[in-house]
Amino acid sequence: MSETIHYQDSIPGGCHWSMVLKKGLTLRLVDEEGGANVGMLLYNPNNLLERYNAPDTLKCQHTFKLTRGNCLYSDMGRVFCSIVEDTVGWHDTVCGNTTKKIVAQKWGERRYQQFRNDWQLNGYDSFLVEVAKYGLGKKDLAANLNLFSKVSVDDSGNLHFDGTAAKSGGFIDLRFEMDTLVVLHTCPHPLNPAPQYPKKPVGFQIRASKSVADDDLCKNHCPENRRGFRNTELYTLGAA
Amino acid sequence: MIKESNLLAERAVYREVVEAGDYYLRPLQQGQTIRILDLEGNQAADTLFYNAHDLSERYSAIDTIREQGNVYLSAGSVLFSNEGNPMLEIVADTCGRHDTLGGACATESNTVRYALEKRCMHACRDSWLLAVAENQQYGMSKRDITHNINFFMNVPVTPQGGLSFADGISDAGKYVELTANMDVIVLISNCPQLNNPCNAYNPTPIEILIWD
Repeated sequence: MSETIHYQDSIPGGCHWSMVLKKGLTLRLVDEEGGANVGMLLYNPNNLLERYNAPDTLKCQHTFKLTRGNCLYSDMGRVFCSIVEDTVGWHDTVCGNTTKKIVAQKWGERRYQQFRNDWQLNGYDSFLVEVAKYGLGKKDLAANLNLFSKVSVDDSGNLHFDGTAAKSGGFIDLRFEMDTLVVLHTCPHPLNPAPQYPKKPVGFQIRASKSVADDDLCKNHCPENRRGFRNTELYTLGAA
Repeated sequence: MIKESNLLAERAVYREVVEAGDYYLRPLQQGQTIRILDLEGNQAADTLFYNAHDLSERYSAIDTIREQGNVYLSAGSVLFSNEGNPMLEIVADTCGRHDTLGGACATESNTVRYALEKRCMHACRDSWLLAVAENQQYGMSKRDITHNINFFMNVPVTPQGGLSFADGISDAGKYVELTANMDVIVLISNCPQLNNPCNAYNPTPIEILIWD
């Protein structure tokens, strides 16, 4: 990734946003205070029916956790983006979102009428609002990523949320291998046991990616990723 | 958890054998119980459920995993929708564990997982898309092809974060039974995958039985 930052900003906790990131850009997300969560969904802006597919991503890389070296796949066998750097070590993609009901049960209701923009949004409604800007709705919400959130599984399959993984200053770099619509929210992870609704800001920086070398870590992480890159190269053949 | 059923096959109101590589798409009424029977063993049944009165409400793997706090499905598991409503409950299970992490095979994911040359082998998502095309009364599309359950499939996860498609733990005659908490549409692809042990490299028929 080049040192020149083309754009940077911060998204407050408990908010939502979306943007298209072109092939050749790298997005860094920074957990500014520790304890952040970024719910994320990915779509092909040229064919919104092509979207992030968590099962395909996990099974082709033989992993339950996502970290450096892993790629995030679409349902069409292509790589939206590669995790080229990661200080966290484990990102969840199977626990979904908070909902209005979960937020109310865990942290109480904070309505706009009383609290204005210091209300407590939930991840599910945040996604619904954000994807609607592209003509999408609840049928289009796939299993999402929860970046910065570690949820492990014991021998019996029980989930364990690890609140120590998301440290202040932690970051993840996503290198985009094709043009991608990124939809995200910064609402808390649904298994976060914090006594108060955690409102954790997430910084972001956009830089130009370095060209993908033949010995690239993500491309060579497993034979499956080499084939995923091949599929993506075919899709982007002839593009500027 | 192993839990056997008391239901008698001869009292079923509906029976259908679904051949390997075919789909099953039919309604199941609230209160009815459906059995999926692994006739010859080690056969993955890739399954989706929809609210029969609003297909945009459907089985949600992530909500189900989170609400039960566990990644595996077995007797006692309640299958939740994307709206947070209980759709069905697994009431009997002689296999002991079913997967909802691994998703369904597709021609495109086959190219990634096995070889670029495998792109034209039959796959579950093709069966579902054919089901959608042949049953336009439901008004379904690719947007309805989502993150499914793989009955009889064994996808163990390790505490270190590993995940693999392991040899099946199912066998000939094992079954899983679910009772519907709402009127649902059941969509199954009887998996045609030849490249991994989920079907013991030899896809075989399943049988569907329904009781009132």
